[in-house]
Amino acid sequence: MATKSLKARHNELAATDRQLDILNGGIFKEGRLPYFKDKLAKTGHFPLRPKKLEILQINVGYMCNQVCQHCHVDAGPDRKEIMTRETMEQCLEVIRNTGAHTLDLTGGAPEMNPDFRWFVEEASKAGIKDFIVRSNLTIIRANKKYHDLPEFFRKHNVHVVSSMPHYTRGKTDKQRGDGVFDKSIQALKDLNAVGYGMPGSDLRLDLVYNPSGAFLPGDQEAMEKDFKKALDEDFGIQFHNLFAITNLPIARFLDYLLASENYEDYMYSLVEAYNPAAVENVMCTNTISVSWDGWLYDCDFNQMLGLKVDSKVKHISEYNEDLLNNRNIIISQHCYGCTAGAGSSCQGSVA
Amino acid sequence: MANSYYDPADLRKFGKITEWSEELGTKFFDYYSKVFEEGALSAREKSLIALAVAHVVKCPYCIDAYTKDGLQRGITKEEMMEAVHAGAAIESGATLVHGVQMMNKYNKLSM
Ligand code: SF4
Ligand code: SF4
Repeated sequence: MATKSLKARHNELAATDRQLDILNGGIFKEGRLPYFKDKLAKTGHFPLRPKKLEILQINVGYMCNQVCQHCHVDAGPDRKEIMTRETMEQCLEVIRNTGAHTLDLTGGAPEMNPDFRWFVEEASKAGIKDFIVRSNLTIIRANKKYHDLPEFFRKHNVHVVSSMPHYTRGKTDKQRGDGVFDKSIQALKDLNAVGYGMPGSDLRLDLVYNPSGAFLPGDQEAMEKDFKKALDEDFGIQFHNLFAITNLPIARFLDYLLASENYEDYMYSLVEAYNPAAVENVMCTNTISVSWDGWLYDCDFNQMLGLKVDSKVKHISEYNEDLLNNRNIIISQHCYGCTAGAGSSCQGSVA
Repeated sequence: MANSYYDPADLRKFGKITEWSEELGTKFFDYYSKVFEEGALSAREKSLIALAVAHVVKCPYCIDAYTKDGLQRGITKEEMMEAVHAGAAIESGATLVHGVQMMNKYNKLSM
């Protein structure tokens, strides 16, 4: 398993143009599969437009303690893109005035940003209803200085959303690296110990499941049942909800699909599973994504493809919610990942 | 014409059988999807049965389809292999139980 990002390996896919070429070319250019735009048009969904803004998702940096094989961020210890305090201050200004009810911090491992704790403290004062931090679990066990994170999260009433690819060791370690399973289990126990994820607890702990390979996630409810049963029986671990998320064909997952010769089949599966009901609720219709350097995107995926919002306002420093809400969403063939089957977003299924 | 009997891409065209017999094709696919719904058996259990049968009838399309289906449902490779063994055990048992017929015939014909 690679221990460096595509970027550090000078892989050609580190260039977003190259990824977009692949997504626009091949099977789509040859007409074997329809462009996402044409598929949307057929079901009367083009152009894709935002509804009411509900979620502000801020990516505080691409640095991560892990180098997961499926990572759409191409995150890793070698990534140096980190949000500065100055940009955080601009974000805080927006957080205090936004109509969004959810603030969602992501990365990389957001905790690795040196100003992370300061940012959480400040942001929690803004009175946002649901304050999410996407934590990869192993970070809590990675270093002594992170051991108290569960307590820190509790203090600021943070809603913890964590990735857990499977309830068996083999599958988890294959996707995320050796030892990830055991560390994740320990981190979940630590979170449970301060009250996170316990039945009836207000301290929300949700898990994210990504398939570990070139297949789509199964039924979210059924998977949640399996996860709950296995984690409880084997480790006495509790959590609230499971979000099943489809891997989108970008960055390292795209690299994996191409290298394993699964790309075409995977795209066929996504296109075949196109669900107009999922289109109605794709994430970009209620989310704005902010990058570490303050640029604005329709979603975290478009951010990783370098596709900035199609609006006069493109940067957090000139943020204007009304102007932003009056935009067309930028799409490409990776979007099929959001509309397959029950649909997929950072909050799991949407249909 | 393809120059081999099996083409993985043909699995995606399965639905096309309806084009040459709308009524029977539609009835079959309705039946098929009903069978695999959650019932007295869970959809997960049925997926494993389908995988075992796929091996017994040696259908490469079904093996591909139900391996992927199992992965999607979070079924582990240990569970999948056990299902294949269950199918294989019945299949070899079915062969071996005919050994009794052979023994009967042998005994009947022998003095
Ligand atoms: S998937 Fe998450 S935990 Fe894994 S490398 Fe990417 S950002 Fe880090
Ligand atoms: S990838 Fe982004 S822009 Fe495309 S459908 Fe999904 S959320 Fe929307």
